[in-house]
Amino acid sequence: MKSNTELLAKVTEFIGYEADLLDHKGYQEWLSLWTDSGLYIVPTDLNETDYLNTLNLALDDADMRRMRVARLINGESVSADSVGYTVRMMSRIRVLEASDDVVVARCAMTLNELRHGKLVTYPANIEYRLVPTDEGFLVDRKVVKLLHADGFLRTVSFIF
Amino acid sequence: MSELIELQDISLKAADMVEEGRVHKSLYSDPEIFEEELDKVFNNTWVFVGHESEVPDSGSFKTSFVGRHPVILTRDRKGNLHVLQNRCRHRGATVCEGRKGKTKALTCPYHGWGYGLDGSLRALPKPEEYDGVFDKKDMSLESLRFETYQGMVFATFKDDIEPLVDFLGGAKKWIDLFAKQGGGYPMKVLGEHRFNFPGNWKIQLENTTDAYHFPIVHKSFVSSLDDATADIFDFLDGEGFVEDLGHGHSVMVMIPELVDLEADLDQPIPARFEALAAELREEGKSEDEVKKLVRAAHGTGFNLNLFPNVSCSMAFFRVLRPVSVGETEIQHVALGGEGAPQAFNRKRMRLHEHFQGPMGFGTPDDGEAWERVQKGSQSGKDGWILVNRGMTRLRTSVDGNPQGAVCSETGMRGAYQQYKKMMAAGSTTNTAPAEEK
Ligand code: FES
Ligand SMILES: [Fe+2]
Repeated sequence: MKSNTELLAKVTEFIGYEADLLDHKGYQEWLSLWTDSGLYIVPTDLNETDYLNTLNLALDDADMRRMRVARLINGESVSADSVGYTVRMMSRIRVLEASDDVVVARCAMTLNELRHGKLVTYPANIEYRLVPTDEGFLVDRKVVKLLHADGFLRTVSFIF
Repeated sequence: MSELIELQDISLKAADMVEEGRVHKSLYSDPEIFEEELDKVFNNTWVFVGHESEVPDSGSFKTSFVGRHPVILTRDRKGNLHVLQNRCRHRGATVCEGRKGKTKALTCPYHGWGYGLDGSLRALPKPEEYDGVFDKKDMSLESLRFETYQGMVFATFKDDIEPLVDFLGGAKKWIDLFAKQGGGYPMKVLGEHRFNFPGNWKIQLENTTDAYHFPIVHKSFVSSLDDATADIFDFLDGEGFVEDLGHGHSVMVMIPELVDLEADLDQPIPARFEALAAELREEGKSEDEVKKLVRAAHGTGFNLNLFPNVSCSMAFFRVLRPVSVGETEIQHVALGGEGAPQAFNRKRMRLHEHFQGPMGFGTPDDGEAWERVQKGSQSGKDGWILVNRGMTRLRTSVDGNPQGAVCSETGMRGAYQQYKKMMAAGSTTNTAPAEEK
């Protein structure tokens, strides 16, 4: 397998940067990381690929992302206010596809949330479709495949 | 320590813990009462197990529960529905796992007994050892009595309770209205969200008939809507009502204009549905059909609470399952139209994702409030939960039922009276299995 360490380093840096923003609630900056048509998707069915025609846990276009962020920060949501911090580990990063227009990468995430004093853990595979620009990557699609996507989840008042 | 002992010594029976306008907080937290509920409530009434559209073809199955008992809803070769206990007749393994799917047979993984989707035992390895021991035809999976209404399948362990239609009674007219969700197409399940919360099942049961919490708990959801839509959800001062329909069922009408989705079809298209209308027109739908589909896309303006475990909630089914005294699993089942334009079903799913499920803009805040109720109700050795809101301001509905303001607790009182009646009755007899601990 031919590896492109420079590209992998860039992708790794970007994924770490995005994860850091989300753990530290840098939501406004996170919103600026997206292409206009970008989609943030958390599917219920891990085998499904036609996300638009299936029910997902979340399928956010730019409007929904903006509203999701507003809900988390405007102080009106009792559940968002009782989330402390999340700590997520991103690892096993692999570039699956790379061209001048698009880079597809996959990684593992373990997100930990402290909720009413109890630790809740979310393991997931995440797939990124990134668009290279002069200022760095933009996210065109992020699919969060939770390990227990089709089980009974706890409610989520943060962003994966 | 002495306080703890006194706590255990509450001599009231569960049925006595329900008064007209209040219920004792132990109903949320006493494990013995929980066991009694499974026995006297869930084993003794009609329990929702699924919708016919979830098992569309011969060979389709869906796993479900009646109280604590795992069951399977199936459609056999001839197209007939069955509700079967998910327990192999040999040594008891479940014969079916997974949410739903399609299969030719239900094969037990342990020793390979194979059952048809009608529950009959078809084949087993090395059958000669059973010669003279039993006859295969007596070893079908045990089936439950079930009946359907508008495609909703309800099952029961009891052979001697009233027919489903009598149990639903005054709720039937509202189920008929709810079934207009499909916009002229048969109502169909599109998918479901699943989540759990650390609290008692009755907290969820109450919530579906609780409009009082909406503007408080769901403030952040309302803020995310455009002004016109936010106005629709500002219903506490409107003409809505809560009506006790008997047998523990109730309806809470929040948006009276949206009770009948097939009425008032001449309304202009609201801004948030313009994109949908444009897509439908592009598909060649007539203006009449566009208006009908757009209006149905909203969902109905009411929550119909069916005792004990399902609610037809505006645009979806809310199904609860009691797991333990302090844990409840909930499904939010998204609905659309069978054969309806994809654009319509897509819109329905996007609206569902907006509010419902563990990542919706509504559910997490409900969940937070319920978790607080469970936690708070542990405080103090004695205490009551109030359900007396609007109790002295009741009127009689056109159907002759008690009806109160939209933000009254009329529906909760109805549910608790049914609960009281069932909990006061003797233990189960008949075919209902005893609860094992
Ligand atoms: S337990 Fe099912 S075949 Fe033995
Ligand atoms: Fe709510």
